[in-house]
Amino acid sequence: MATLSVSRAPLGGFSFENCKRNAVLEADSAKLGSSVPAARKTGTTICGIVFKDGIVLGADTRATEGMIVADKNCSKIHYISPNIYCCGAGTAADTEMTTQIISSNLELHGLSTGRLPRVATANRMLKQMLFRYQGYIGAALVLGGVDCMGPHLYSIYPHGSTDKLPYVTMGSGSLAAMAVFEDRYKPDMELEEAKRLVRDAIAGGIFNDLGSGSNIDLCVITKGNVDYIRPHDEANKKGVRVNELETLCQTGDYKYKKGTTGVLTKVITPLNLDTVGEHVQTMDTS
Amino acid sequence: MLEEQGPEWMSEEVKTGTTIIAVEFDGGVVLGSDSRVSAGASVVNRVMNKLSPLHDRIYCALSGSAADAQTIAETVNYQLDVHSMELGEDPLVCSAATLVKNISYQYKEELSAHLIVGGWDRRGGGQVYATLSGLLTRQPFALGGSGSSYVYGYLDAEYRAGAGRTDTQRLVVDTLSLAMSRDGSSGGVAYLVTIDGDGVEEKVFLGNELPTFYDQ
Repeated sequence: MATLSVSRAPLGGFSFENCKRNAVLEADSAKLGSSVPAARKTGTTICGIVFKDGIVLGADTRATEGMIVADKNCSKIHYISPNIYCCGAGTAADTEMTTQIISSNLELHGLSTGRLPRVATANRMLKQMLFRYQGYIGAALVLGGVDCMGPHLYSIYPHGSTDKLPYVTMGSGSLAAMAVFEDRYKPDMELEEAKRLVRDAIAGGIFNDLGSGSNIDLCVITKGNVDYIRPHDEANKKGVRVNELETLCQTGDYKYKKGTTGVLTKVITPLNLDTVGEHVQTMDTS
Repeated sequence: MLEEQGPEWMSEEVKTGTTIIAVEFDGGVVLGSDSRVSAGASVVNRVMNKLSPLHDRIYCALSGSAADAQTIAETVNYQLDVHSMELGEDPLVCSAATLVKNISYQYKEELSAHLIVGGWDRRGGGQVYATLSGLLTRQPFALGGSGSSYVYGYLDAEYRAGAGRTDTQRLVVDTLSLAMSRDGSSGGVAYLVTIDGDGVEEKVFLGNELPTFYDQ
Protein backbone atom coordinates (compact mmCIF):
# COMPACT_ATOMS: atom_id res chain seq x y z
CA MET A 1 0.00 0.00 0.00
CA ALA A 2 1.44 3.37 -0.96
CA THR A 3 1.79 5.96 1.81
CA LEU A 4 1.74 9.69 1.34
CA SER A 5 4.51 10.33 3.83
CA VAL A 6 7.26 8.14 5.18
CA SER A 7 7.31 8.25 8.96
CA ARG A 8 10.79 8.08 10.38
CA ALA A 9 11.49 6.33 13.67
CA PRO A 10 12.36 8.93 16.32
CA LEU A 11 16.11 9.44 16.52
CA GLY A 12 17.77 9.12 19.88
CA GLY A 13 19.31 12.02 21.73
CA PHE A 14 18.10 15.51 22.56
CA SER A 15 15.70 17.19 20.13
CA PHE A 16 16.96 20.67 19.26
CA GLU A 17 13.97 21.50 17.02
CA ASN A 18 12.61 24.27 19.18
CA CYS A 19 15.88 26.11 19.69
CA LYS A 20 15.55 28.15 16.48
CA ARG A 21 11.96 29.02 17.31
CA ASN A 22 12.94 30.04 20.85
CA ALA A 23 15.73 32.26 19.53
CA VAL A 24 13.26 34.03 17.18
CA LEU A 25 10.72 34.46 20.01
CA GLU A 26 13.36 35.87 22.33
CA ALA A 27 14.49 38.38 19.68
CA ASP A 28 10.89 39.41 18.98
CA SER A 29 9.95 39.89 22.62
CA ALA A 30 13.13 41.91 23.21
CA LYS A 31 12.01 44.24 20.36
CA LEU A 32 8.62 44.71 22.05
CA GLY A 33 10.34 45.42 25.36
CA SER A 34 9.13 42.41 27.35
CA SER A 35 11.39 39.61 28.54
CA VAL A 36 11.02 35.87 28.19
CA PRO A 37 9.66 34.33 31.42
CA ALA A 38 12.41 32.78 33.51
CA ALA A 39 12.25 29.07 34.27
CA ARG A 40 10.80 28.52 37.68
CA LYS A 41 13.24 26.75 39.99
CA THR A 42 12.26 25.11 43.22
CA GLY A 43 15.40 26.33 45.11
CA THR A 44 14.70 23.67 47.59
CA THR A 45 15.55 21.53 50.53
CA ILE A 46 14.61 17.89 50.06
CA CYS A 47 15.85 14.87 51.97
CA GLY A 48 15.15 11.25 52.78
CA ILE A 49 16.19 8.63 55.33
CA VAL A 50 15.86 4.90 55.79
CA PHE A 51 14.45 3.99 59.21
CA LYS A 52 13.51 0.71 60.86
CA ASP A 53 10.24 0.07 59.01
CA GLY A 54 10.78 1.99 55.75
CA ILE A 55 11.48 5.43 54.32
CA VAL A 56 10.74 9.00 55.41
CA LEU A 57 10.92 11.67 52.67
CA GLY A 58 10.79 15.37 53.47
CA ALA A 59 10.55 18.61 51.47
CA ASP A 60 9.97 22.33 51.94
CA THR A 61 7.20 24.04 49.93
CA ARG A 62 8.69 27.19 48.37
CA ALA A 63 8.99 27.67 44.60
CA THR A 64 11.02 30.69 43.47
CA GLU A 65 11.22 32.64 40.22
CA GLY A 66 14.47 34.56 40.53
CA MET A 67 14.15 36.41 43.85
CA ILE A 68 10.34 36.21 44.07
CA VAL A 69 8.42 33.39 45.71
CA ALA A 70 6.21 32.07 42.92
CA ASP A 71 4.39 29.49 45.02
CA LYS A 72 4.25 29.50 48.82
CA ASN A 73 2.86 26.02 49.07
CA CYS A 74 3.92 23.83 46.19
CA SER A 75 4.14 20.07 46.49
CA LYS A 76 7.61 18.67 45.87
CA ILE A 77 6.98 15.07 46.81
CA HIS A 78 5.74 13.38 43.62
CA TYR A 79 3.92 10.09 43.21
CA ILE A 80 5.76 7.44 41.22
CA SER A 81 3.87 4.30 42.19
CA PRO A 82 1.81 3.17 45.22
CA ASN A 83 5.00 2.17 47.05
CA ILE A 84 7.47 4.69 45.59
CA TYR A 85 7.60 8.49 45.96
CA CYS A 86 10.14 10.99 44.65
CA CYS A 87 11.17 14.46 45.88
CA GLY A 88 12.37 16.87 43.18
CA ALA A 89 14.78 19.83 43.25
CA GLY A 90 15.97 22.01 40.38
CA THR A 91 13.77 23.25 37.54
CA ALA A 92 10.15 22.75 38.64
CA ALA A 93 8.86 21.75 35.19
CA ASP A 94 11.67 19.23 34.70
CA THR A 95 11.08 17.45 38.02
CA GLU A 96 7.31 17.46 37.49
CA MET A 97 7.38 16.05 33.95
CA THR A 98 10.23 13.59 34.52
CA THR A 99 8.50 12.02 37.52
CA GLN A 100 5.18 11.89 35.66
CA ILE A 101 6.75 10.20 32.62
CA ILE A 102 8.53 7.59 34.73
CA SER A 103 5.40 7.06 36.86
CA SER A 104 3.39 6.37 33.72
CA ASN A 105 6.03 4.01 32.29
CA LEU A 106 6.30 2.20 35.61
CA GLU A 107 2.55 1.65 35.73
CA LEU A 108 2.66 0.02 32.28
CA HIS A 109 5.71 -1.98 33.34
CA GLY A 110 3.88 -3.14 36.48
CA LEU A 111 0.89 -4.26 34.43
CA SER A 112 3.24 -6.16 32.15
CA THR A 113 5.13 -7.91 34.98
CA GLY A 114 2.10 -8.32 37.25
CA ARG A 115 4.14 -7.15 40.24
CA LEU A 116 4.56 -4.08 42.39
CA PRO A 117 7.46 -2.09 40.86
CA ARG A 118 10.86 -2.06 42.54
CA VAL A 119 12.67 1.13 43.52
CA ALA A 120 15.75 -0.02 41.58
CA THR A 121 13.63 -0.11 38.40
CA ALA A 122 12.44 3.46 38.92
CA ASN A 123 16.05 4.47 39.59
CA ARG A 124 17.30 2.88 36.35
CA MET A 125 14.55 4.48 34.28
CA LEU A 126 15.21 7.92 35.75
CA LYS A 127 19.00 7.77 35.42
CA GLN A 128 18.89 6.48 31.85
CA MET A 129 16.54 9.29 30.83
CA LEU A 130 18.58 12.00 32.55
CA PHE A 131 21.85 10.67 31.08
CA ARG A 132 20.31 10.70 27.60
CA TYR A 133 19.67 14.44 27.99
CA GLN A 134 23.25 15.02 29.20
CA GLY A 135 22.26 17.25 32.14
CA TYR A 136 20.02 19.60 30.16
CA ILE A 137 17.04 18.35 32.17
CA GLY A 138 17.71 20.06 35.49
CA ALA A 139 16.14 17.53 37.80
CA ALA A 140 17.87 16.48 41.03
CA LEU A 141 15.77 13.82 42.73
CA VAL A 142 15.51 11.91 45.98
CA LEU A 143 13.80 8.61 45.20
CA GLY A 144 12.51 6.41 48.03
CA GLY A 145 10.21 3.45 48.42
CA VAL A 146 9.58 0.04 49.93
CA ASP A 147 9.39 -3.02 47.71
CA CYS A 148 9.66 -6.80 48.07
CA MET A 149 13.38 -6.45 48.90
CA GLY A 150 12.90 -3.85 51.64
CA PRO A 151 13.27 -0.06 51.87
CA HIS A 152 15.55 1.70 49.35
CA LEU A 153 16.69 5.31 49.01
CA TYR A 154 18.47 6.83 45.99
CA SER A 155 19.72 10.29 45.08
CA ILE A 156 19.73 11.06 41.36
CA TYR A 157 21.72 13.94 39.85
CA PRO A 158 20.85 15.89 36.67
CA HIS A 159 23.66 14.31 34.65
CA GLY A 160 22.44 10.81 35.42
CA SER A 161 24.63 9.54 38.26
CA THR A 162 22.95 7.93 41.26
CA ASP A 163 23.92 7.03 44.80
CA LYS A 164 22.25 4.47 47.02
CA LEU A 165 22.59 5.64 50.62
CA PRO A 166 20.85 5.46 54.01
CA TYR A 167 20.33 9.25 54.10
CA VAL A 168 20.44 11.86 51.33
CA THR A 169 19.75 15.56 50.86
CA MET A 170 19.35 17.66 47.70
CA GLY A 171 18.62 21.23 46.71
CA SER A 172 20.06 24.62 47.63
CA GLY A 173 19.46 23.89 51.32
CA SER A 174 21.07 20.44 51.13
CA LEU A 175 24.22 21.40 53.02
CA ALA A 176 22.20 22.69 55.98
CA ALA A 177 20.03 19.57 56.00
CA MET A 178 23.02 17.24 55.63
CA ALA A 179 24.64 18.87 58.65
CA VAL A 180 21.62 17.83 60.75
CA PHE A 181 21.70 14.29 59.35
CA GLU A 182 25.42 13.79 59.87
CA ASP A 183 24.97 14.82 63.49
CA ARG A 184 21.90 12.81 64.46
CA TYR A 185 21.34 9.94 62.01
CA LYS A 186 21.39 6.42 63.48
CA PRO A 187 20.50 3.19 61.68
CA ASP A 188 17.15 1.53 62.55
CA MET A 189 15.45 4.54 64.13
CA GLU A 190 11.84 4.46 65.30
CA LEU A 191 9.13 6.24 63.30
CA GLU A 192 8.67 9.27 65.54
CA GLU A 193 12.40 9.82 65.89
CA ALA A 194 12.84 9.51 62.13
CA LYS A 195 10.02 12.01 61.42
CA ARG A 196 11.52 14.44 63.92
CA LEU A 197 14.97 14.13 62.31
CA VAL A 198 13.65 14.76 58.80
CA ARG A 199 11.55 17.68 60.04
CA ASP A 200 14.60 19.22 61.71
CA ALA A 201 16.75 18.71 58.62
CA ILE A 202 14.22 20.47 56.38
CA ALA A 203 13.81 23.20 58.98
CA GLY A 204 17.61 23.66 58.88
CA GLY A 205 17.32 24.23 55.14
CA ILE A 206 14.26 26.51 55.43
CA PHE A 207 15.76 28.85 57.99
CA ASN A 208 19.33 28.94 56.67
CA ASP A 209 18.76 29.01 52.91
CA LEU A 210 17.09 31.82 51.02
CA GLY A 211 15.78 29.51 48.32
CA SER A 212 13.81 27.30 50.74
CA GLY A 213 10.90 28.24 52.96
CA SER A 214 7.25 27.95 54.01
CA ASN A 215 6.03 24.59 55.28
CA ILE A 216 7.47 21.11 55.74
CA ASP A 217 5.88 18.16 53.92
CA LEU A 218 6.61 14.60 54.97
CA CYS A 219 5.96 11.28 53.30
CA VAL A 220 6.31 8.09 55.33
CA ILE A 221 6.48 4.89 53.25
CA THR A 222 6.29 1.51 54.94
CA LYS A 223 5.42 -1.94 53.67
CA GLY A 224 1.85 -1.72 52.43
CA ASN A 225 1.19 1.83 53.65
CA VAL A 226 1.97 5.42 52.65
CA ASP A 227 1.41 8.43 54.90
CA TYR A 228 1.51 11.66 52.88
CA ILE A 229 1.55 14.37 55.53
CA ARG A 230 1.03 17.74 53.89
CA PRO A 231 1.74 19.91 55.77
CA HIS A 232 3.51 18.21 58.62
CA ASP A 233 4.75 21.45 60.09
CA GLU A 234 3.69 24.97 59.22
CA ALA A 235 7.05 26.47 60.05
CA ASN A 236 6.15 29.85 58.59
CA LYS A 237 2.54 30.59 59.42
CA LYS A 238 1.12 33.90 58.15
CA GLY A 239 -0.02 36.10 61.01
CA VAL A 240 -3.60 37.39 61.43
CA ARG A 241 -4.09 41.16 61.02
CA VAL A 242 -5.49 43.06 64.07
CA ASN A 243 -8.55 44.45 62.19
CA GLU A 244 -9.72 40.98 61.20
CA LEU A 245 -9.65 39.78 64.80
CA GLU A 246 -12.09 42.54 65.82
CA THR A 247 -14.52 42.14 62.94
CA LEU A 248 -14.23 38.31 63.12
CA CYS A 249 -14.15 37.87 59.33
CA GLN A 250 -11.68 35.85 57.17
CA THR A 251 -8.71 37.60 55.62
CA GLY A 252 -9.26 38.40 51.97
CA ASP A 253 -12.96 37.60 51.63
CA TYR A 254 -13.79 38.73 48.13
CA LYS A 255 -17.31 37.30 47.82
CA TYR A 256 -20.15 39.84 47.42
CA LYS A 257 -22.71 39.46 50.17
CA LYS A 258 -26.28 38.44 49.25
CA GLY A 259 -28.42 41.55 48.61
CA THR A 260 -25.58 43.63 47.07
CA THR A 261 -27.39 43.57 43.73
CA GLY A 262 -31.05 44.63 44.01
CA VAL A 263 -33.62 42.28 42.41
CA LEU A 264 -36.43 44.13 40.55
CA THR A 265 -38.63 41.31 39.18
CA LYS A 266 -38.68 37.52 39.39
CA VAL A 267 -40.36 35.36 36.69
CA ILE A 268 -40.53 31.53 37.00
CA THR A 269 -41.39 29.49 33.89
CA PRO A 270 -41.73 25.72 34.33
CA LEU A 271 -40.57 23.78 31.25
CA ASN A 272 -42.90 20.82 30.52
CA LEU A 273 -40.73 18.19 28.87
CA ASP A 274 -42.13 14.83 27.68
CA THR A 275 -39.89 11.76 27.64
CA VAL A 276 -40.10 10.56 24.01
CA GLY A 277 -38.31 7.23 24.36
CA GLU A 278 -35.62 5.44 26.37
CA HIS A 279 -33.12 3.14 24.71
CA VAL A 280 -30.29 1.41 26.58
CA GLN A 281 -27.54 -0.20 24.49
CA THR A 282 -25.06 -2.37 26.37
CA MET A 283 -21.39 -2.31 25.35
CA ASP A 284 -20.04 -5.49 23.82
CA THR A 285 -17.28 -6.43 26.24
CA SER A 286 -16.76 -10.00 25.10
CA MET B 1 24.89 37.09 48.75
CA LEU B 2 21.53 38.10 47.29
CA GLU B 3 21.68 35.81 44.26
CA GLU B 4 19.99 32.50 44.88
CA GLN B 5 22.54 30.19 43.35
CA GLY B 6 22.57 27.26 45.70
CA PRO B 7 25.55 25.00 46.20
CA GLU B 8 27.88 24.41 43.27
CA TRP B 9 26.74 20.86 42.73
CA MET B 10 23.36 22.15 41.44
CA SER B 11 25.16 23.28 38.29
CA GLU B 12 28.46 21.43 38.42
CA GLU B 13 28.73 17.97 37.02
CA VAL B 14 29.29 15.28 39.62
CA LYS B 15 32.83 13.89 39.28
CA THR B 16 34.42 11.07 41.18
CA GLY B 17 37.80 12.92 41.48
CA THR B 18 39.39 9.73 42.57
CA THR B 19 42.23 7.39 43.20
CA ILE B 20 41.82 3.95 41.62
CA ILE B 21 44.38 1.17 41.46
CA ALA B 22 44.54 -2.36 40.07
CA VAL B 23 47.53 -4.66 40.66
CA GLU B 24 48.09 -8.17 39.35
CA PHE B 25 49.56 -10.86 41.59
CA ASP B 26 50.38 -14.52 41.31
CA GLY B 27 46.94 -16.07 40.73
CA GLY B 28 44.67 -13.02 40.74
CA VAL B 29 44.22 -9.25 40.95
CA VAL B 30 43.63 -6.68 43.67
CA LEU B 31 41.55 -3.59 42.85
CA GLY B 32 41.37 -0.61 45.18
CA SER B 33 39.60 2.75 45.30
CA ASP B 34 38.79 5.64 47.59
CA SER B 35 35.17 6.64 48.24
CA ARG B 36 34.81 10.37 47.62
CA VAL B 37 32.36 11.81 45.06
CA SER B 38 32.58 15.56 44.64
CA ALA B 39 30.64 18.23 42.75
CA GLY B 40 32.63 21.43 42.75
CA ALA B 41 33.85 21.84 46.32
CA SER B 42 31.05 19.79 47.91
CA VAL B 43 31.37 16.12 48.71
CA VAL B 44 28.06 14.60 47.67
CA ASN B 45 28.84 11.00 48.63
CA ARG B 46 31.61 10.09 51.07
CA VAL B 47 31.14 6.31 50.97
CA MET B 48 30.78 5.44 47.29
CA ASN B 49 32.17 2.08 46.25
CA LYS B 50 33.88 2.78 42.93
CA LEU B 51 34.71 -0.89 42.31
CA SER B 52 31.79 -2.01 40.19
CA PRO B 53 31.18 -5.64 39.19
CA LEU B 54 31.05 -6.37 35.45
CA HIS B 55 30.74 -10.13 35.96
CA ASP B 56 31.33 -12.72 38.68
CA ARG B 57 35.13 -12.49 38.54
CA ILE B 58 35.58 -9.23 36.62
CA TYR B 59 35.42 -5.83 38.27
CA CYS B 60 36.07 -2.32 37.01
CA ALA B 61 37.21 0.79 38.85
CA LEU B 62 35.41 4.06 38.02
CA SER B 63 36.90 7.54 37.73
CA GLY B 64 36.05 10.84 36.06
CA SER B 65 32.45 11.93 35.53
CA ALA B 66 30.20 9.87 37.83
CA ALA B 67 27.30 9.69 35.37
CA ASP B 68 29.50 8.67 32.42
CA ALA B 69 31.41 6.06 34.44
CA GLN B 70 28.27 4.53 36.00
CA THR B 71 26.58 4.37 32.60
CA ILE B 72 29.56 2.68 30.92
CA ALA B 73 29.84 0.13 33.74
CA GLU B 74 26.12 -0.70 33.67
CA THR B 75 26.08 -0.95 29.86
CA VAL B 76 29.10 -3.29 29.80
CA ASN B 77 27.59 -5.34 32.66
CA TYR B 78 24.52 -5.88 30.48
CA GLN B 79 26.55 -6.64 27.35
CA LEU B 80 28.74 -9.15 29.24
CA ASP B 81 25.63 -10.88 30.62
CA VAL B 82 24.35 -11.41 27.09
CA HIS B 83 27.80 -12.44 25.83
CA SER B 84 28.39 -15.01 28.59
CA MET B 85 24.90 -16.47 28.08
CA GLU B 86 25.59 -16.86 24.35
CA LEU B 87 28.99 -18.43 25.09
CA GLY B 88 27.64 -20.65 27.83
CA GLU B 89 30.68 -19.97 30.03
CA ASP B 90 32.33 -17.17 31.99
CA PRO B 91 33.70 -14.35 29.80
CA LEU B 92 37.38 -13.46 29.52
CA VAL B 93 38.73 -10.35 31.23
CA CYS B 94 39.99 -9.31 27.81
CA SER B 95 36.41 -9.41 26.46
CA ALA B 96 35.16 -7.19 29.26
CA ALA B 97 38.01 -4.75 28.73
CA THR B 98 37.34 -4.72 24.98
CA LEU B 99 33.67 -3.86 25.54
CA VAL B 100 34.68 -0.99 27.83
CA LYS B 101 37.28 0.16 25.30
CA ASN B 102 34.73 0.12 22.47
CA ILE B 103 32.40 2.51 24.29
CA SER B 104 35.27 4.70 25.53
CA TYR B 105 36.72 5.02 22.03
CA GLN B 106 33.47 5.49 20.10
CA TYR B 107 32.24 8.23 22.41
CA LYS B 108 35.69 9.62 23.14
CA GLU B 109 34.65 13.25 22.59
CA GLU B 110 31.45 13.08 24.61
CA LEU B 111 32.49 11.02 27.63
CA SER B 112 34.97 11.94 30.32
CA ALA B 113 35.41 8.80 32.35
CA HIS B 114 38.27 6.34 32.73
CA LEU B 115 37.65 2.74 33.75
CA ILE B 116 40.31 0.24 34.80
CA VAL B 117 39.24 -3.37 34.26
CA GLY B 118 40.65 -6.17 36.41
CA GLY B 119 39.67 -9.79 36.92
CA TRP B 120 40.48 -13.46 36.77
CA ASP B 121 39.68 -16.00 34.07
CA ARG B 122 40.76 -19.62 33.47
CA ARG B 123 42.81 -18.89 30.37
CA GLY B 124 44.95 -15.99 31.55
CA GLY B 125 44.72 -15.91 35.34
CA GLY B 126 44.76 -12.47 36.93
CA GLN B 127 44.80 -9.60 34.44
CA VAL B 128 44.62 -5.79 34.58
CA TYR B 129 43.66 -3.66 31.57
CA ALA B 130 43.77 0.12 31.24
CA THR B 131 41.26 1.78 28.86
CA LEU B 132 42.25 5.45 29.06
CA SER B 133 41.17 7.52 26.02
CA GLY B 134 39.92 4.41 24.29
CA LEU B 135 43.14 2.42 24.13
CA LEU B 136 43.35 -1.14 25.40
CA THR B 137 46.54 -2.27 27.05
CA ARG B 138 47.33 -5.05 29.49
CA GLN B 139 49.59 -3.97 32.32
CA PRO B 140 50.91 -5.54 35.52
CA PHE B 141 49.37 -2.62 37.40
CA ALA B 142 47.29 0.44 36.48
CA LEU B 143 46.47 3.73 38.21
CA GLY B 144 43.77 6.26 37.54
CA GLY B 145 41.98 9.32 38.82
CA SER B 146 43.20 12.66 40.09
CA GLY B 147 45.03 11.13 43.06
CA SER B 148 47.06 8.74 40.93
CA SER B 149 49.57 11.44 39.95
CA TYR B 150 50.88 11.52 43.53
CA VAL B 151 51.67 7.83 43.78
CA TYR B 152 53.09 6.75 40.41
CA GLY B 153 56.59 6.96 41.84
CA TYR B 154 55.68 4.98 44.96
CA LEU B 155 54.06 2.17 42.99
CA ASP B 156 56.89 2.05 40.44
CA ALA B 157 59.37 1.64 43.28
CA GLU B 158 57.41 -0.83 45.43
CA TYR B 159 55.84 -3.14 42.83
CA ARG B 160 57.38 -6.62 42.74
CA ALA B 161 56.46 -9.09 40.01
CA GLY B 162 55.20 -12.44 41.33
CA ALA B 163 54.25 -11.09 44.78
CA GLY B 164 51.71 -12.94 46.90
CA ARG B 165 48.10 -12.07 47.78
CA THR B 166 48.59 -10.39 51.17
CA ASP B 167 51.65 -8.44 50.04
CA THR B 168 49.74 -7.07 47.06
CA GLN B 169 46.76 -6.14 49.24
CA ARG B 170 49.06 -4.28 51.60
CA LEU B 171 50.72 -2.50 48.67
CA VAL B 172 47.35 -1.35 47.30
CA VAL B 173 46.13 -0.10 50.69
CA ASP B 174 49.39 1.77 51.31
CA THR B 175 49.25 3.40 47.89
CA LEU B 176 45.62 4.41 48.36
CA SER B 177 46.32 5.85 51.77
CA LEU B 178 49.20 7.97 50.46
CA ALA B 179 47.14 9.26 47.53
CA MET B 180 44.11 10.02 49.72
CA SER B 181 46.18 12.05 52.13
CA ARG B 182 47.70 14.19 49.36
CA ASP B 183 44.81 14.60 46.91
CA GLY B 184 41.94 16.86 47.96
CA SER B 185 39.50 15.08 45.64
CA SER B 186 40.18 11.66 47.14
CA GLY B 187 39.25 10.56 50.62
CA GLY B 188 36.74 8.75 52.79
CA VAL B 189 37.27 5.03 53.15
CA ALA B 190 39.29 2.60 51.05
CA TYR B 191 37.56 -0.27 49.23
CA LEU B 192 39.54 -3.34 48.24
CA VAL B 193 38.44 -6.20 45.99
CA THR B 194 40.62 -9.32 45.62
CA ILE B 195 39.72 -11.67 42.77
CA ASP B 196 41.24 -15.10 42.22
CA GLY B 197 40.23 -18.56 41.06
CA ASP B 198 38.38 -19.28 44.29
CA GLY B 199 36.21 -16.19 44.29
CA VAL B 200 35.92 -12.55 45.20
CA GLU B 201 36.78 -10.94 48.55
CA GLU B 202 35.52 -7.42 49.29
CA LYS B 203 37.04 -5.39 52.10
CA VAL B 204 36.54 -1.91 53.51
CA PHE B 205 39.19 0.05 55.39
CA LEU B 206 37.62 2.78 57.49
CA GLY B 207 39.43 6.06 58.18
CA ASN B 208 41.14 4.92 61.36
CA GLU B 209 42.13 1.56 59.87
CA LEU B 210 44.18 3.06 57.03
CA PRO B 211 47.96 2.83 57.35
CA THR B 212 49.63 6.01 58.53
CA PHE B 213 52.87 7.53 57.33
CA TYR B 214 55.27 10.18 58.51
CA ASP B 215 52.80 12.99 59.06
CA GLN B 216 50.16 11.13 61.05
